[in-house]
Amino acid sequence: MLEVQGLRKVYNTGGREAEALRDLTFTVENGDLVCLVGPSGCGKTTLLRCIAGLLTPTSGAVRLDGHEVSGPPPGLAMVFQEYGRSLFPWMTVRDNVALPLKQKRVPRPRRDELVGQALEAVGLAGTESAYPWQLSGGMQQRVAIARAVAYEPSTLLMDEPFAAVDAQTRADLEDLVRALWQRLKVTVLFITHDIDEAVYLGRRVIMLSSSPTVVQDEITVDLPAERDQLHTRADPRFTELRTHVYEQIQAAKRGRTEPAEG
Amino acid sequence: MKRFLYVAGLPLLLALGWFFLSKGSENFYAPPLSDILRAFVDTWMPERLRADVLPSLVRLLSGYIIAAAVGVALGVAIGLNRRLRATVEPVLEFFRAIPPPVLVPVIMLFAGIGNGMKIIVIVFGCVWPILLNTVEGVRAVDSVQLDTAKAYGVRGLASIRTVILPSASPQIAAGLRQALSIAIILMVISEMFAASNGLGFTIVQFQRSFAIPEMWSGILLLGLLGFALSLLFRLAEGRALRWYHGLRDAQRKS
Repeated sequence: MLEVQGLRKVYNTGGREAEALRDLTFTVENGDLVCLVGPSGCGKTTLLRCIAGLLTPTSGAVRLDGHEVSGPPPGLAMVFQEYGRSLFPWMTVRDNVALPLKQKRVPRPRRDELVGQALEAVGLAGTESAYPWQLSGGMQQRVAIARAVAYEPSTLLMDEPFAAVDAQTRADLEDLVRALWQRLKVTVLFITHDIDEAVYLGRRVIMLSSSPTVVQDEITVDLPAERDQLHTRADPRFTELRTHVYEQIQAAKRGRTEPAEG
Repeated sequence: MKRFLYVAGLPLLLALGWFFLSKGSENFYAPPLSDILRAFVDTWMPERLRADVLPSLVRLLSGYIIAAAVGVALGVAIGLNRRLRATVEPVLEFFRAIPPPVLVPVIMLFAGIGNGMKIIVIVFGCVWPILLNTVEGVRAVDSVQLDTAKAYGVRGLASIRTVILPSASPQIAAGLRQALSIAIILMVISEMFAASNGLGFTIVQFQRSFAIPEMWSGILLLGLLGFALSLLFRLAEGRALRWYHGLRDAQRKS
């Protein structure tokens, strides 16, 4: 379980204080898929870096499976938006996926097995000895997802992972994330600025206000668990939910909290 | 064939030009190329290669390797530590500005005139481009790459070995390439001051004993040596940085 409690982050630059996060509290239950969506510049990246233990909050706490996060927690894997900068270009696909496992001192045979399975799961079997830059953008992001999956995390953090790929690839990758989530029973926290994506993917959607950030609203997506691009997006309930999220985001941009409805 | 002509065309033309222009030259100090080539074959026999070229090469490589190790190690430390960087950078700039040959007499006072002195001179001259390029390379490591490594628990030495050094390696290689030509220059200069063997020593000996064609042949050999070393370096770099050249090509295409 991931708990974020009273999280506040103030940046101090050149004597000026900038409050990025004001007061964030939410929990993500084990095995849940939660999407965080907010207006651009809403401190999503700051929040994510706090959860990943890459940044120390000013006050408040992040707890993962009951342990307070003070550095990168071992059970957490991360997929960054900038796949081109997050994969190491001097390593082959295999070595990129295997690096965190080597660091965890997973023995060689098990490591090879995990790498093989992870690449298979993201549909990239056979690319082991290629370099990331020899692959397309969508495939590179699949490698990054394979790296996260092979790590066998309890929690998977995804920071706008599909913001830089084209629309068709994006739809494929969204379905891939849902499939992996259902199969691996991991907890997923997915950050996006795309409202449709948040509603399509999530079991819950948390809306953030603009910076300084608080939780604007939160909904449970009561769409069937089996989703597909064609039918789910045509579902009237999908439209209702996305309208609601859209309104909340608009309200957040104007900087006030509107009474939640629907 | 066409490529061969492009690569070898100009050197051949220059050699031929030298050959014909110097043909029948009466100038004592600028003998015909044919004389120089004859002297080359006669002078650089296996025993002389062993007695003079080998010691030079050993000094060159020891100095170069020590400079590379020191430069990269210090460069990583300085590149990673902002406070250390602020403290040492002005001093580094000062030391770098001193032309290394001027230190030969000073180093001779402390280290004598043996191999130690020559190696120290080479190290002192070579270390700067390696050090400064490593610092720059380490500072330029992508923040997302560092975050990725951190998020997956890759820290400390493992992070230096698997992320920071490879990421900085193109820049480090640029420093190593500059350092190689400096090393050759300093090898010759240090041998000209005080030595009993070595290429620089031999060339000066020839000049002092008016063995002019032999002197020229020594200069030719130095040129060839430098050329061969930089060729070797390029081969090694091409292999080690294959990913980098591939990445750049891929980025250029897109």
